[in-house]
Amino acid sequence: MSALSPVPDRSLAARFSDRTGTVLRFVLVTAMTFLGLLAITFFIGRIVPIDPVVAIVGDRASQEVYDATFRQLGLDKPLITQFYLYVRDVLTGNFGMSLSTGRPVVEDLARFFPATFEMATFGIIIGVVLGVPMGVIAAANAGTWIDQVIRVLGLLGYSVPAFWMGLVGLAVFYAGLGWVAGPGRIDIFYDGITPVVTGMLTVDALLDGDVDIFLNALSHLILPSAILGFFSLAYIARMTRSFMLDQLSQEYVITARVKGVSERAVIWKHAFYPIRVQLITVIGLSYAVLLEGSVMIEIVFSWPGIGNYLTTALLSADMNAVLGATILIGTVFIVINRTSDMLYRVLDPRSR
Amino acid sequence: MVDLRNTEADAATEGDTRKAGRMGALALWLTDDAPASRVQAQAGQAYAIARSFARNPLAMLGAFIVGLLIVVALFAPWLAPYSPVGQNLEMRLMPPSAEHWLGTDELGRDILSRIIHGARITLLIVVMVALISAPIGLLIGAVAGYFGGWVDRILMAITDVFLSLPKLIMALAFVAALGAGLQNAIIAIAITAWPAYARIARAETLTFRKSEFIAAVELQGASNLRIIGIHVLPLCMSSTIIRVTLDMAGIILTAAGLGFLGLGAQPPLPEWGAMISRGRSFILDQWWVATMPGFAIIIVSLGFCFLGDGLRDVLDPRQRDGR
Repeated sequence: MSALSPVPDRSLAARFSDRTGTVLRFVLVTAMTFLGLLAITFFIGRIVPIDPVVAIVGDRASQEVYDATFRQLGLDKPLITQFYLYVRDVLTGNFGMSLSTGRPVVEDLARFFPATFEMATFGIIIGVVLGVPMGVIAAANAGTWIDQVIRVLGLLGYSVPAFWMGLVGLAVFYAGLGWVAGPGRIDIFYDGITPVVTGMLTVDALLDGDVDIFLNALSHLILPSAILGFFSLAYIARMTRSFMLDQLSQEYVITARVKGVSERAVIWKHAFYPIRVQLITVIGLSYAVLLEGSVMIEIVFSWPGIGNYLTTALLSADMNAVLGATILIGTVFIVINRTSDMLYRVLDPRSR
Repeated sequence: MVDLRNTEADAATEGDTRKAGRMGALALWLTDDAPASRVQAQAGQAYAIARSFARNPLAMLGAFIVGLLIVVALFAPWLAPYSPVGQNLEMRLMPPSAEHWLGTDELGRDILSRIIHGARITLLIVVMVALISAPIGLLIGAVAGYFGGWVDRILMAITDVFLSLPKLIMALAFVAALGAGLQNAIIAIAITAWPAYARIARAETLTFRKSEFIAAVELQGASNLRIIGIHVLPLCMSSTIIRVTLDMAGIILTAAGLGFLGLGAQPPLPEWGAMISRGRSFILDQWWVATMPGFAIIIVSLGFCFLGDGLRDVLDPRQRDGR
């Protein structure tokens, strides 16, 4: 928590400086965490048993070529200089070449990220739309069987392997019932028609005004994002329940009840209203986790996103691509994490 | 909710006193309000904890599942009807039947036997990860909390960096660097698991850093090492145990994910995630190959979740509902 001043200071200047402090702190902590992330990926890059020089020149190169490349990569410099060069490279978007695709890693990342973003965004929408009401209902019925069912459903979200659920989902809803389309983002005869604007197929199809493609892309998207959404739902419902229970035990709720406010209004207007800010942090956190969790889902659904790119690179020992994808996911994770934390501080008057 | 629980607890205490009359001397000795010795006090406390734990059906179910996992893992060779690696190509991809309760896989191996042997790998992973990451986290947290100042700031900055990184991705990257295999998977998961314990240990340490018993030992001239090791760490144990139990499900899922990607335990080891990955090609026609190991993962993870929730309710009511 940021500085909790016991005396409420109402002067505009003080409030302004408080907010600047929050923002400054946010920037500083985010930058430090990012540097930590880079230190870890740098360290991983160092402990890989693959010789980076041999990876470029091949094992038949002469000693002179080897030495020249060794120097060119800066491997003769002290570790701290190498780290500095590494940070500079990453900040200027130079992640090196991917050995498996033959393109610069940063281009690959830009090409694969929108698919992941699309899936995670749909997933979080599903998770919030179902999870928040579930949490509120569980809190309103605390201790009853409804609460228990929601609690077990939530714990299932912590206990079911995502990739397994993807496989079972495909077997049931695609092969068995035929309700949704199969793996991939789009049917093969629609592939490549839509001009790429955002990289998210559903959005691009709408921009293009092609309803058929939109519906097809949507039917491919719905199952993987619903499964992703289930995992965020578990956390969101659990936290919503706990926030609601806090509110429902407050005196103002008792006052409202004594005044004869209907139970429905007590729950949804009085108790739910103040927890919206707390929920922002929770939703932000789950969104970040979803971006990460999409890795396993993408593999099962052959979804052409970062997760698929990362694992393909992993299996072919393409370290530039692995570390590039790790940095990208890590950065998005950190930024979402820190932003929701800061939003909470700025929006919630109690934390000022 | 809180009020409700309190009344429940009060009612239970009254019931206990009434029951104690029927249960004889041992129960009376255990529930004595003024214990005569340290042993009696500790036994009484353990008794009270066990009683309130036993009242929670989900917690008991969790304890049962975890106990079952341990028993199955220990006695796998005697429990499994077939060999986990014995191939029988005539019997490949057979559906569940009286002979093969959960069917057979693409090499004719009995899936039930493989799941039973896989319990050993799962247990090995969770125990090793806990044994590596919990002491590291505890030590870092306790040192940070005890010394405070710049030691605290540096250690917690490192902890926070690790905490704010995506766990699965970091484990993937570490395995990529270290090479695939069970041992490296355990190391990679342990590297991502310790920061949570450091946070807990620090928070716990801060609550009693300024308390009188610490000051008393300091005055007696105890070394920092002794204070942390003998007086600080034991007090952090209960909240760490709760957290470790709650984290187990996540650890099992990460390990299964690494196995599914072919980065964890290598074939022919019957690791559950790797088994699902092999069944992936047959999911539409021979669904049992991929689904059965998944149920094993779900049951065990749920068991740890229930157990962890139950332990938290009993040992540490303050932390209830948060994660």
